Amino acid sequence: MGAVLAAVLGASLVGCSSTGGKRAEERAKAAQAGRPAVSTPRWTFAMVTHAGDGDTFWDIVQKGAKEAAAKDNINFVYAHDDQAQQQAQFVQNAIDQKVDGIVVSLAKPEALKDVIAKAVKAGIPVITVNSGSAQSAEYGALTHIGQDEQIAGEAVGSELTKRGKKKAVCVLHEQGNVGHEQRCAGAKKTFGGVMENLYVEGTNMPSVQAAIQAKLQADPSVDAIVTLGAPFAPTAVKAKDAAGSKAEVDTFDLNESVARDLKSGALGFAVDQQPYLQGYEAIDLLWLYRYNADVLGGGRPVLTGPQIVTADEAGKLEEFIKRGSR
Amino acid sequence: MSTATAVDERLAPTSLVRKLLGRPELGAVVGAAAVFVFFSFAAPSFLQASSLSTILYSASTIGIMACPVALLMIGGEFDLSAGVMVTTSALVSSMFSYQMTANVWVGVGVSLLVTLAIGFFNGFMLTRTKLPSFIITLGTFLMLTGLNLGFTKLISGSVSTKTIADMEGFSSARALFASQWNVGSVTLKVTILWWLALVAVATWILLRTRAGNWIFAVGGGADAARATGVPVVKTRIGLYMGVALCAWISGQHILFSFDVVQSGEGVGNEFLYIIAAVIGGCLMTGGYGSAIGSAVGAFIFGMTSNGIVYAQWNPDWFKFFLGAMLLLATLLNAWVRKRAEAK
Repeated sequence: MGAVLAAVLGASLVGCSSTGGKRAEERAKAAQAGRPAVSTPRWTFAMVTHAGDGDTFWDIVQKGAKEAAAKDNINFVYAHDDQAQQQAQFVQNAIDQKVDGIVVSLAKPEALKDVIAKAVKAGIPVITVNSGSAQSAEYGALTHIGQDEQIAGEAVGSELTKRGKKKAVCVLHEQGNVGHEQRCAGAKKTFGGVMENLYVEGTNMPSVQAAIQAKLQADPSVDAIVTLGAPFAPTAVKAKDAAGSKAEVDTFDLNESVARDLKSGALGFAVDQQPYLQGYEAIDLLWLYRYNADVLGGGRPVLTGPQIVTADEAGKLEEFIKRGSR
Repeated sequence: MSTATAVDERLAPTSLVRKLLGRPELGAVVGAAAVFVFFSFAAPSFLQASSLSTILYSASTIGIMACPVALLMIGGEFDLSAGVMVTTSALVSSMFSYQMTANVWVGVGVSLLVTLAIGFFNGFMLTRTKLPSFIITLGTFLMLTGLNLGFTKLISGSVSTKTIADMEGFSSARALFASQWNVGSVTLKVTILWWLALVAVATWILLRTRAGNWIFAVGGGADAARATGVPVVKTRIGLYMGVALCAWISGQHILFSFDVVQSGEGVGNEFLYIIAAVIGGCLMTGGYGSAIGSAVGAFIFGMTSNGIVYAQWNPDWFKFFLGAMLLLATLLNAWVRKRAEAK
């Protein structure tokens, strides 16, 4: 065993890659210090979301929130669960801890209605993020920060129409997700051509590729594919190439490979709802409310998207995407 | 002394038909043929060569894992950690190469050691504790799911790995694990070759080697096997390491095919492998089954999941269709086997 380990370590010393990797990242990374910029008391803000384990999108939201918390001298606590009941429990925990502010996402609004009312009654300011724009004000939240899924979908539909597409496929990677359905429904509404839904198994990449490939082979008239998450866009491009289709692939959300594919022209456009901004603004607005009684939006949701990103912007955004804030 | 001794019936030559009827995968082959014929009529684009290559690719990614899982089931055990182990293996290669700025092949090698160690852990814990494999591998499943997420977040700072496509060794590793050839309009993936090779090796082990006899013996009854001198512990650990080896192959395919790995992937796939093995004639109780059967099971799964798309059915009902088709294929399989045994 020791010999094997030594061999591996030895191999890793001689087997270095002169391109890419962490060394390249470190070389490129500028030193950034996360020191508080204000001298307000160290308040505690809790953020409770409906993110599942290992969700790229929510990871960026959390990163935005953390960086705002560092700047605002906030003690930031985070909890998440995709089951609404557990999410409500986490909000209750935050109330019990007498936190100074709560940020919550409302994917299943009814399940959280009571516990948010409790928080408001206990005098804790609440800000909703991402989903739940319709219920936010009614439940007593100060502000809602996020992108309306329907509006985001509509932006995609109009962009596809503008690009002269006739037949599009909307790829849903999570069956039964309300936000996903709204996105595709929105796109369908403003799209001049025909749009069909395709459900794929999001936790199994090869099967995602095979399903998209199968769809394109079954219907060669498809000229646009829309994926609802960044990790699925490069897979859709692979499926398109393998099927010998000329369809344009477009996507919601950004990541490193999406930026690269946008730049190279393999992807048409991406719709970004700026998750970093959702986390950052939520914490910053809670701080502003505590410090200065500021409220944004006047009871209406503050939209963080949709922003259409094409090859022109992708280059500029690439470094921000790489550091995980876009 | 009489010269005319009656021929022992066990030594009597059996006809080819009888031999075929006794094979565990017979039912699955009939089921596969039924599914094939069904979609040939239901979906106009199903029979295109390019469609069939898509189905083969889909089947191969399930089949590479269904093969060792079938062997494990013949040996009487389950592995619920098989799905996330694939993701673990991909994450380890990717992150090791990236963090150490090492040649990609170094990460691939480290990943092989780590994945085999997980397989050894499963087998070792099972034989040591004598707990059911359901509990042991459920524990491994949960731990790996947590480790995948925790380590990826800790090391990469996000829930997916960073791209290693620009690193040395990537293109040669991609050639081995994720290359493809264009034959006319058809794209054939290297996973199909891996799949066929694994099934061939597994079949050879099962039917032609001593280890194969051990696997059947251990699955049929561990105590009886031990009494006749079969190394039960070694066989079981070996079977789990076989699953780990194939998880490594699958994991490398996913890494080099999709470049970036999401830490949450793989959950639930262990059931697909078990389903493919069961459709292919493996008994849930062990001691019976075949590697070829697992391949036919994976093929049925590939045909069904993609056939539904080719048939352009209302996607809201996708999961229902999938479940119903699998259940029908399995029922037909069981019926054919019963008829064959009655003969």
